[in-house]
Amino acid sequence: MDFLRPASWEEALAAKAEHPTAVPIAGGTDVMVEINFDHRRPEYLLDLNRIGDLYEWEVGDDSVRLGASVPYSRIMENLRSELPGLALASHTVASPQIRNRGGVGGNLGTASPAGDAHPALLAAGAEVEAASVRGTRLIPIDDFYTGVKRNALAPDELIRAVHVKKADGPQQYSKVGTRNAMVIAVCAFGLALHPDTRSVRTGIGSAAPTPVRAKVAEDFLDAALEEGGFWDNGKIITPSVAKQFADLCSAACNPIDDVRGTASYRRHAVGVMARRTLTWTWESYRGARRHTEGAA
Amino acid sequence: MRVNFTVNGRPQEADDVWEGESLLYVLRERLGLPGSKNACEQGECGSCTVRLDGVPVCSCLVAAGQVEGREVVTVEGLADYARDRAEKGCARGACGGEAPSGTSLDEARNWQARGSDSQTGEGTELSPVQQAFIDAGAVQCGFCTPGLLVAADEMLERNPNPTDADIREALSGNLCRCTGYEKIMDAVRLAAARQGEAV
Repeated sequence: MDFLRPASWEEALAAKAEHPTAVPIAGGTDVMVEINFDHRRPEYLLDLNRIGDLYEWEVGDDSVRLGASVPYSRIMENLRSELPGLALASHTVASPQIRNRGGVGGNLGTASPAGDAHPALLAAGAEVEAASVRGTRLIPIDDFYTGVKRNALAPDELIRAVHVKKADGPQQYSKVGTRNAMVIAVCAFGLALHPDTRSVRTGIGSAAPTPVRAKVAEDFLDAALEEGGFWDNGKIITPSVAKQFADLCSAACNPIDDVRGTASYRRHAVGVMARRTLTWTWESYRGARRHTEGAA
Repeated sequence: MRVNFTVNGRPQEADDVWEGESLLYVLRERLGLPGSKNACEQGECGSCTVRLDGVPVCSCLVAAGQVEGREVVTVEGLADYARDRAEKGCARGACGGEAPSGTSLDEARNWQARGSDSQTGEGTELSPVQQAFIDAGAVQCGFCTPGLLVAADEMLERNPNPTDADIREALSGNLCRCTGYEKIMDAVRLAAARQGEAV
């Protein structure tokens, strides 16, 4: 095994171009487990710890450019208002020790269906900034996950950052596990209200071969909210609408039975989380609306 | 490969390090510091917790090559680290100035928990959190203790007056199979209370 230690992003891209089999390691919270257990013996480890740019974020007008290695603990501390869904998801990642090391770049690189960040990214709307010596491209998050632990990266590409849309409305995140910390999601659900476009986006984790959106459920809810004038009148969402939304979210799952839970449990739990996160976010939207009206 | 890094305030050099080796393995097997415990090797249990540039991490998940030029504090250096912090009003290196005292490898290898009998925790060579673990009966088999001490000490540095929820959150990455955690909670509350009295 060779340990490659690029001192700059350009050097890292050159190294990845020269050794496409090199495994990038940043927080190490996935890669080191595989090495410790002898599940993987990469020819090259490509250490990204020295590249300071990867640990920085920039808050723009519409989105946050989040460096691939920004640890979850920093996201929780610093980006709660811009990226509330991702901050909540970050808080559910493993333990303080892991959150101090792991970041969204690694979650995307591993592309496990159980990765905690994915539902939040899908719900908020995001693009993955992938770079190689050939250049940089932005991959829409909807096209990024291509299979179980597979993603759209080319062999010579590295993840530089993820561009996440800043929240224009309430966002929520929910995760099912056997305890509060140190748990791989049995399933997870992210939901974001987008009042600017009068739309709702979702993300489902651990209930299909890849993280997915419940697009039929989103379309149904968008239409139902529009038809009932809910965005304007701020009324409580009709229970039948919430139930139909939850059922459609369950139907968007394609889960398996495994040690963490059965397929039918996952489908059921996703429906419950869909209804709850919709209620939480909608209550928060209504509250903010009343507040704005009162001020005006 | 060779790895140069700072351990408990002193520069160290580890040779013949395999590229896929963890920081935990280097500490235990190359430097002879078995205080950090090897249990799950997958970041689940927190027994191997150390400070890396001040931040608590699982040393089993840090590749040895990643610590080149960086600073590690292990449980063997925790008492000295806590003393430096108390005396200088800041953690080692954080406020610059004079060279840090630190803990040599020999001292670290021979380090033992020599507590005091006093009710106040004063006059001990241990860090406040170590003495509190002894006084509160928070140590049973002891395997999880080093990781818990490092994690608890870091939390008390950041948050001198933690609520129970703060303590549970800070220690949520450290598993203990003996105590049921109640005595550990008692110990951290005790350390926080004594810390508050001392100021």
